[in-house]
Amino acid sequence: MGMTMTQKILAAHAGLHEVKAGQLIEADLDLVLGNDITSPVAIHEMEKMKVTGVFDKDKIALVPDHFVPNKDIKSAEHCKCVREFASAHDITNYFEVGEMGIEHALLPEKGLVVAGDVVIGADSHTCTYGALGAFSTGVGSTDMAAGMATGKAWFKVPAAIKFNLTGKLPKWVSGKDVILHIIGMIGVDGALYKSMEFTGDGIANLTMDDRFTIANMAIEAGAKNGIFPVDDLAVSYMKEHSKREFKIYEADEDAEYEQEIVIDLSTLKSTVAFPHLPENTKTMDEIDEVVIDQVVIGSCTNGRLDDLRIAAKVLEGRKVAKGIRCIILPATQKIYLQAIDEGLIQIFIKAGAVVSTPTCGPCLGGYMGILAKGERCVSTTNRNFVGRMGHVESEVYLASPAVAAASAVTGKISSPAELGL
Amino acid sequence: MRAFGKVFKYGDNIDTDVIIPARYLNSSDPAELATHCMEDIDADFVKNVKKGDIIVADKNFGCGSSREHAPIAIKASGISCVIAETFARIFYRNAINIGLPIIECPEAAKGIEAGDEVEVDFDSGMIYNRTKGTQFQGQAFPEFMQKIIKAEGLINYINEK
Ligand code: SF4
Repeated sequence: MGMTMTQKILAAHAGLHEVKAGQLIEADLDLVLGNDITSPVAIHEMEKMKVTGVFDKDKIALVPDHFVPNKDIKSAEHCKCVREFASAHDITNYFEVGEMGIEHALLPEKGLVVAGDVVIGADSHTCTYGALGAFSTGVGSTDMAAGMATGKAWFKVPAAIKFNLTGKLPKWVSGKDVILHIIGMIGVDGALYKSMEFTGDGIANLTMDDRFTIANMAIEAGAKNGIFPVDDLAVSYMKEHSKREFKIYEADEDAEYEQEIVIDLSTLKSTVAFPHLPENTKTMDEIDEVVIDQVVIGSCTNGRLDDLRIAAKVLEGRKVAKGIRCIILPATQKIYLQAIDEGLIQIFIKAGAVVSTPTCGPCLGGYMGILAKGERCVSTTNRNFVGRMGHVESEVYLASPAVAAASAVTGKISSPAELGL
Repeated sequence: MRAFGKVFKYGDNIDTDVIIPARYLNSSDPAELATHCMEDIDADFVKNVKKGDIIVADKNFGCGSSREHAPIAIKASGISCVIAETFARIFYRNAINIGLPIIECPEAAKGIEAGDEVEVDFDSGMIYNRTKGTQFQGQAFPEFMQKIIKAEGLINYINEK
């Protein structure tokens, strides 16, 4: 029986010719990631281990991004713990404020992940790097500690669902709409324990930023990972960003999938996930008036350059509606700088939006845009759970950058079409 | 190993944001995290939970973020075992890695109500509802995971190896 792309990568890293769904394996890791919330727990766990150092100082990435620049004294203590650990162990890829970005936008940009890698991160959206043809998955802090110490992690080999993407997305419809559509279809546990393997000629019509967005939210369907085949676009992205050698794995022709789902991209519409689950999706034409208080454009899902360009196209020459707070967070310093060079930041500020240094901030209800009781936010982030962005009685509506920007202008959930775009 | 306690019952898709909201993640102290456990979905949980009590839930328990603070908060609150129809995969890993016993059993999730007294035998995976006099066969762990749980977590397990 053939193997899926994920299974092939895992087999190679476990030193096995073949693996099967359900098999428990121990795999070598190419990178171990942690942030300012999860790393301190991992560091304390590592101190309990009978080890003196990390397995490879070049293969650990520490990115304080959730509560930085430090939100309060407790966050400052956490960041200090990570900083001191990085310094004590001479960690190559520790990113201080000023060079850091949101981890899942930063790592590919810095060339730290390439096709064929096995990556664990103590952050659930570590699955983002599947866009590059890597196996990457979120774990907890204890796994991170064991990974930093031993360079290995245990995995149960996942079964897979195949998503065959065909055609081309309509105007203003992007990767976010693709993944929201999928989660709406299969549910927040629709891919539980499984890989989501994307294939099909429609992939050629998706930008790298679209693919990062789609892979990013695989976890919102419960998946272990999401993964894309490595095409010319992915290869040129890696060559531009990384000096590392990459390895391309392809699924066997006779690989086994539990399910195959065909999606014609040309039929998709702008999609919004209503509170309080990413699976509560509606397309724009199914939505009655929803008046909002805040818009957030950013996060590891949609804080990349393409996302900001789309938002700028909508906001250019327009104003954020009176009484609406529009918060825009470029995901990395490089993206921030490119957005300045391209004049996007000017457009945002002239429109009445606030632009922040890279941070997770409001995405997890950390700071920089917390919602009061009864308030509603249209957000390009990835979770709309109860209390996710603030008060337990506040509401988050997940949407694409195009819809978020248009909603900022009208003060209610809107598509760019409503602005005549 | 056995657990015995009163049941707190929850529904589908109990996410890590309601188990321990992100606004408290600037701490990693188990005792402090435990004081906010389940706060956004069950404000009375912390007041009522007693050592040994058991959580029973429906589908996809622990979905959302990878925060190990979630199983840590549950364990530190005194909960001895979580039974659910299914668990989200990162929560599943984390629970095993920190030594919080969890068992998948759809029948038990349906057949146990809030307040029931339940006993769990981890070795066999058997779940006994002492209030109703019913019993359910939960999924027993593969040997590898049993070893991690017996060692009370992955770190001890690696140290013992
Ligand atoms: S942007 Fe949001 S989802 Fe992404 S890593 Fe930060 S907190 Fe997590």
